[in-house]
Amino acid sequence: MDVRLSPEQQALRDSAAQVVDRLGPSAVGQLDDAERVDKLDAAVAASGWRELRTAEDTRAPLASGVEAAIVADELSRGLADVPYLGPTLAAELRRLAGAPPATSSETVLLDARLSALAPVVAGAPVPGAVAIDAHGMDTALTVVAGDGGGTLASVALQPVDQRTDLTRPSAVPVASATAVVPGDPGRPLTDDDLAAWTALGLALTSADLVGTMRGAVELSCEYASSRRQYGAAIGSFQAVQHLLADAFVAMEGSRSVALHAAWAVDALAPRDALAAGAVAKAYAARAALGVCETAIQVHGGIGNTWECLAHVHLRRAMLSSDVLGGAGANLQRVLVHHGIGDADGLR
Amino acid sequence: MDFGDSGDEADFRLRLRAWLEDHNPGLPTSSTDDEYWAGMAAWHQSLFDAGFFGMSWPRAIGGQELPSVYDVILDEELAAAGAPPRPSLGYLVEGILEHAGKDVQQRFLPGIVNGRDRWCQGFSEPDAGSDLASLRTRADRDGDEYVITGHKVWTSYSDEADYCLVLARTDHDVPKHKGISAFAVPMHQPGIEQRPLRMINGITKEFGEVIFDEARVPAADMIGAPGDGWPLAMTVVSHEREPGELGFAGRYTKLVKQLTGRVRAEPSAYDAEQVRELGWAIVEAEMLRLHVCRRLSDRLDGISHGPEGSVDKLLMTQAEQAVGHAALAIGGAGHGDGDDTWSKVYLYSRAQSVMGGTSQIQRNLVARRILGLPG
Repeated sequence: MDVRLSPEQQALRDSAAQVVDRLGPSAVGQLDDAERVDKLDAAVAASGWRELRTAEDTRAPLASGVEAAIVADELSRGLADVPYLGPTLAAELRRLAGAPPATSSETVLLDARLSALAPVVAGAPVPGAVAIDAHGMDTALTVVAGDGGGTLASVALQPVDQRTDLTRPSAVPVASATAVVPGDPGRPLTDDDLAAWTALGLALTSADLVGTMRGAVELSCEYASSRRQYGAAIGSFQAVQHLLADAFVAMEGSRSVALHAAWAVDALAPRDALAAGAVAKAYAARAALGVCETAIQVHGGIGNTWECLAHVHLRRAMLSSDVLGGAGANLQRVLVHHGIGDADGLR
Repeated sequence: MDFGDSGDEADFRLRLRAWLEDHNPGLPTSSTDDEYWAGMAAWHQSLFDAGFFGMSWPRAIGGQELPSVYDVILDEELAAAGAPPRPSLGYLVEGILEHAGKDVQQRFLPGIVNGRDRWCQGFSEPDAGSDLASLRTRADRDGDEYVITGHKVWTSYSDEADYCLVLARTDHDVPKHKGISAFAVPMHQPGIEQRPLRMINGITKEFGEVIFDEARVPAADMIGAPGDGWPLAMTVVSHEREPGELGFAGRYTKLVKQLTGRVRAEPSAYDAEQVRELGWAIVEAEMLRLHVCRRLSDRLDGISHGPEGSVDKLLMTQAEQAVGHAALAIGGAGHGDGDDTWSKVYLYSRAQSVMGGTSQIQRNLVARRILGLPG
């Protein structure tokens, strides 16, 4: 056992950090700077990070869940407002099915609560489904259930006005669109394939939550060190210090479970990887809400205004938390893995 | 980055697992019964004799000189077998290794590691708790000896101990942190009075007060130099905060496993809220296990102990108290059903946010020394 990042993994982390520190939004106003967003998108595209889970000749992914999670964590810390989670999860579905990579930008299609892949029927319209992380996306991928396993299906997307996560807009299927099985959908996806896919989704969203928490704690510590009341920086008061210490500790615990979940994606059998992902996600989803709420609290009145980045972290956490289930759904998965409760909780 | 076993680690795990099949002493849960501590000396020696204790410590003092991560395997297998946790002595060993001269190390460390000598820790006093440096116990030189006079409290297992690591003031004319020295005081002598304290869950062996009334200690058994007591104390308490040093992750995993077994045996006896408490206890115990993997991996290049010990202590507390809540929810409060084990586990869990430095103090340390907030 040695769970330290390898030198290559540290280099990957550093390069993701550099990109997002240079081109990510450092103020709420910059979220509308289309030129900056295009530059960040180009830098992420050029890095190849969205292809980490595409298949090599052997069907194995180009990089493990650990590398994919390192990128998710860093991009989230810097509130990267370009796609990563969505296209990575779409690529993983194609890899597991043995289908060729997408020819245009593609994300995944989930149910309205984002708790699982959207249930669809081939050739039928897709009401109530939501494509996540859909900035600039043409299509979204999901799975048609069948007797022999799941088959990939794709729907065309249109933008939607409603936006909770300000860094990752959703999209919805075009009103008249139906789910279309691609020309080469690969082989049917088994329950184990879908468990492995969910395990990656839980690992990446957990890493994303860790990154959001890190960013929120950094932002809040900077503010607490500069904002003065009663003639002193508010960060010198124990009441504020203890809020921030608890936030940091919650982030560190989340980091330990998220790291394990990322390793488990490729190192453990699908059901065990799913259980590792569920532990991480239950812990990190619960922690992230509290940490981001603390960030708003420490910023006081300013924290409740649109211009403060604290709510951008919270909103990002709200999306990452809901994708493939938050604290409750994943606590249920953990219990089922330990032989308690309804086995349906495993899906 | 690998959470899995190397070949050597896997061999070690199998050897340990096979040994445990025949050597689990079946002691009661550590926090609920005085019988536990009574049986702990034999368990310590049994682990040591089989080569399963002191995994990362030097061979010269009886350790195995293996990488730090072997303690993770030890904790996992002890928990899986339902065996007692390993003795929590790492903080004493690390403190003496770092601060004592070679002769003192050789005189005391082998006996600590092999379990022949039992030790307690005389740091806190009635008027020196979180503010430890204000301690008033004094040590006065008298020929080749020091004479110790003072009042120590929270000295765990002091009535079973052969030695006490005592912090005492040897210089009254310097700032309070600078005038403190540390001693290995023999406990079997006339100048020492033991007053056991009963904890809120009823156990009497763990907590105690010790009155030193002109107790004597050889000057040669000072740990480090005169005035070096404070840095030694900081090394000891920082290790005392580390779940990797204490082996508590295994204790929580074992308790959670027992509670899970109860629910699986009779699922309809528990409501959704009770099962939810168990779910969080499973998650918290697993979090702590994985966090210890991270910390002990960080040590593969050598020991470091900085302010991150306070983070670990707060996470360990969160885990123990989540397990305590699950114990109450699933095991029940024991209002006359003949089993008050679980209510004792719950009540004991409240001490974790105090022992080894309160959670309030840990938060101060995280805020100032890690987050860099103004003091």
